[in-house]
Amino acid sequence: MKSWLTTTDHKRIGLLYFWTAFSFFMIGGLEALLIRTQLARPAGIGVSAETFNQLFTMHGTTMVFLALMPLSAAFFNFIIPLQIGARDVAFPRLNAFSYWVFLLGGLFINASFIAGPLFGAGRLSVAPDAGWFGYANLTSRQFSPGPNVDFWLLGLQILGIASLAAGFNFVVTILNMRAPGMRMLRLPPFTWMALITQFLIITAFPVITVALVLLMFDRFFGTHFFLPAGGGDPILWQHLFWMFGHPEVYILILPAMGIVSEVLPTFSRKPLFGYTVVVYSGVVIAFLGWSVWAHHMFASGLGPIADSVFAGTTMLIAVPTGVKIFNWIGTLWGGQIRFTTALLFAVGFIAMFIIGGLSGVSHASAPTDLQQTDTYYVVAHIHYVLFGGTILGLFSGMYYWWPKMTGRLLSERLGKVHFWLTMIGMNLAFFPMHFSGLLGMPRRIYTYSPELGVAGFNLVSTIGAFVIGIATLVFFWSLLRTRWQPVTAPPNPWEGATLEWAIPSPPPVYNFTVIPTVANRLPLWATERHGAMAPLPDRPPAPIHVPGGSWWPMITAAGLPTMAIGALAHFLPVVLLGVAVTIVGIYRWAYEPFEM
Amino acid sequence: MAAKDNVRVDVSRTPVYFDAVPLVIVAALLLLTACGGGQFPQSIFTPHSDFSRDLNGLFKNIFAWAVGVFVVVETLLLIAIVRFRARAGGPAPKPIHGHTALEIGWTAAPAIILLFIVVPTMRTIFATAGNAPEGALRVEVIGHQWWWEYRYPTLGISTFNELHIPAKTAIQLDMTSADVIHSFWIPSLAGKRDLIQGRTNRIAFRADSTGEYWGQCAEFCGASHANMRLRVMVESDSVFQRWVDRQRTAPVAPAKGSTEETGQQVFRRSACIGCHTIAGISTAKVGPELSHVGGRATIAGALLPNTAEALHRWIRNAPAVKPGALMPPQNLQGADLDAVVAYLQSLK
Repeated sequence: MKSWLTTTDHKRIGLLYFWTAFSFFMIGGLEALLIRTQLARPAGIGVSAETFNQLFTMHGTTMVFLALMPLSAAFFNFIIPLQIGARDVAFPRLNAFSYWVFLLGGLFINASFIAGPLFGAGRLSVAPDAGWFGYANLTSRQFSPGPNVDFWLLGLQILGIASLAAGFNFVVTILNMRAPGMRMLRLPPFTWMALITQFLIITAFPVITVALVLLMFDRFFGTHFFLPAGGGDPILWQHLFWMFGHPEVYILILPAMGIVSEVLPTFSRKPLFGYTVVVYSGVVIAFLGWSVWAHHMFASGLGPIADSVFAGTTMLIAVPTGVKIFNWIGTLWGGQIRFTTALLFAVGFIAMFIIGGLSGVSHASAPTDLQQTDTYYVVAHIHYVLFGGTILGLFSGMYYWWPKMTGRLLSERLGKVHFWLTMIGMNLAFFPMHFSGLLGMPRRIYTYSPELGVAGFNLVSTIGAFVIGIATLVFFWSLLRTRWQPVTAPPNPWEGATLEWAIPSPPPVYNFTVIPTVANRLPLWATERHGAMAPLPDRPPAPIHVPGGSWWPMITAAGLPTMAIGALAHFLPVVLLGVAVTIVGIYRWAYEPFEM
Repeated sequence: MAAKDNVRVDVSRTPVYFDAVPLVIVAALLLLTACGGGQFPQSIFTPHSDFSRDLNGLFKNIFAWAVGVFVVVETLLLIAIVRFRARAGGPAPKPIHGHTALEIGWTAAPAIILLFIVVPTMRTIFATAGNAPEGALRVEVIGHQWWWEYRYPTLGISTFNELHIPAKTAIQLDMTSADVIHSFWIPSLAGKRDLIQGRTNRIAFRADSTGEYWGQCAEFCGASHANMRLRVMVESDSVFQRWVDRQRTAPVAPAKGSTEETGQQVFRRSACIGCHTIAGISTAKVGPELSHVGGRATIAGALLPNTAEALHRWIRNAPAVKPGALMPPQNLQGADLDAVVAYLQSLK
């Protein structure tokens, strides 16, 4: 127990990230099921408007910040040091700190579900209810007087710290900790996409942090940054939020693209087609991702010039994305494809992501978006991108790397069941949303007129959501089962080409007995250009230093939610206590003896 | 190609058949819902104005390209996974690392397709930028949590929730909000435009046929966002003119001794006058004006039909119908409530 609380081992932190994020994924899924049950028929099942608003706000917030990003982070943690031939990340204790901040931030924001009585709210739940995008001026004290929005803006600030710390950590790790010979253009594609993602995180999160701080000032100290009545501008919030929010979309999708770029070559027994093009298109996507934010705001009246520019830049993104898809198909083409569950999910990713990408083009066109934005058509689009894309990609990664992470293979039989149920469920749930949206159903409504004629589509969506729920339970059961299996996974069960497969499953605490020297992109494969790397020695030839455990990352992290609780309660001493805990934590952390 | 003499996990050597059954089930269910039939009053596919027709045409253009790309790419993907399945004893695949001409080709192809989308997109952006021709009928739209206010500055009238406009006439809506951001959307007539406090956004369109068109608020605006609906009544010039004349006339005073007159007295002495205007009776502006409420098809933000039963429900407990509604439950019973309802219905 203590060794897990104080761990600085990137592999253990990776597993902690995984299980925490997966738990939040289940909670977010439960919220989705409640939403879908309410919408199964026009009059609903009695979920109140207020509760419904909390549910969709928390579903979005949870899935984006507490499930998908940290599930990617689980792989960053576990896999990146192994892929680049390192013993750990650059700053192991900072890594632990990121995890604890993420966990505590997630618990803080979810505590709002039961915190009502503390605020005399007259109801149990005071969860955030202004949407995951929290548009001003609905979030002002005047229109949202309760603690709901406070939980949201404080929780997101905490979570932002976790993401930023991890972002810097991985940038330094990938740039500085590569094994000898691991040049940038020899990095495995997953690590490359992770690196791009980290750059997006460290540039995008400061923007939302600024927005959240301004909002906090508006709500706590009576400023008027976003309040037109006081000379402020609610559109400023939209610009700041989407300047973060659109890069965030690529933060969510690029890691999954990286996973697919690992899985397809392994199971086709072919190198990634157009490696450099895949890498550079990822870079291009990230750059363009910064220039498209206002396509979320076409209805807000930016004027025809701005609309044209943002429509154009948004459509441009389709080019590097299309290039990636063609290269993936090129990878499969001419291969010897083994249909493992990991491969199925990777192919499913491509098939579904195309649909999300194409509907994306239809709202990149500003005029047509005026009919689509804020309808279920957009809900369909984001779910084809974030479920059909990100989640299928992450599932692919889970099947691919689970043996490496735990030493145990997941059942392929249950995996196939999981895959097909997921595919059926997601298409039943999300495809009809295209129709309900185009037929006039707005998003974020807890009830709709039976006369709209969209009840049938909604019922099918609900059935699909439950099929996804069952699929996820099958997967959860499959994960749990491996706990009772013996550790039997071979070092390289899939005949992968990258360094993580050169060491035992699960890897020893020091990862590599000797740091390998890398001579090419596919060190474990023999190709027409080179032979396979010589196996590493079974035992380390010399003692290896690994960082010891430390309590200080967790204690430092604990100061942050303490400050937030003080702010929520408008009680300064608790805020100061949190500040003190963090300062003492950082101080003791800095002076901690090197060896423990 | 395997370099290390690992135990290989042989999960994939069993012949994989791509099970079509689940896909067929999905397709059948989707088709079933599509055959539901019926009317779709808020559909984007029944344009009745120049604005909506432009958007519809552009969408069809993009949709056609999307279907083409979808078919080509998914077919390539399917061919790849069917044709290149691993076969026992099959030769090791050629380690192809890339192909420059292909890369250039599949970079250029989507870029060229996008040109065919981006040009009409830009054209439509400018065509629908909200500049109405000279002499257009101007209406100010003001969003409130959760109802709509329409002012006709040139006609000197205003109305609520149900917008009346003449057909075949250029209309310009100047839109703003009294509180949070709302979005005005009637799919058959116009794309969305947000209503933002402190700003004025515009849309312009020309409805081409008379009828009743449905819409609702499209920007999440708090508890009753789902209940912020609207109607647009597009009328022939003569019908519209009659409606305008009616709005300009003060409501007829109820006959002495009638139930309506009792209702007027109840209205006068209860909380109603604190928020609602009725010409000649009260002047408060917190809620919508009721001078001609009896002439509307709906009440409560186009949420309920304008019937005696619905008015009873609404007055007795508005927040139960529309969560968060500012109008508190009214302490009006029996005959008093009946009288107020009768009075409101008489205000044509």
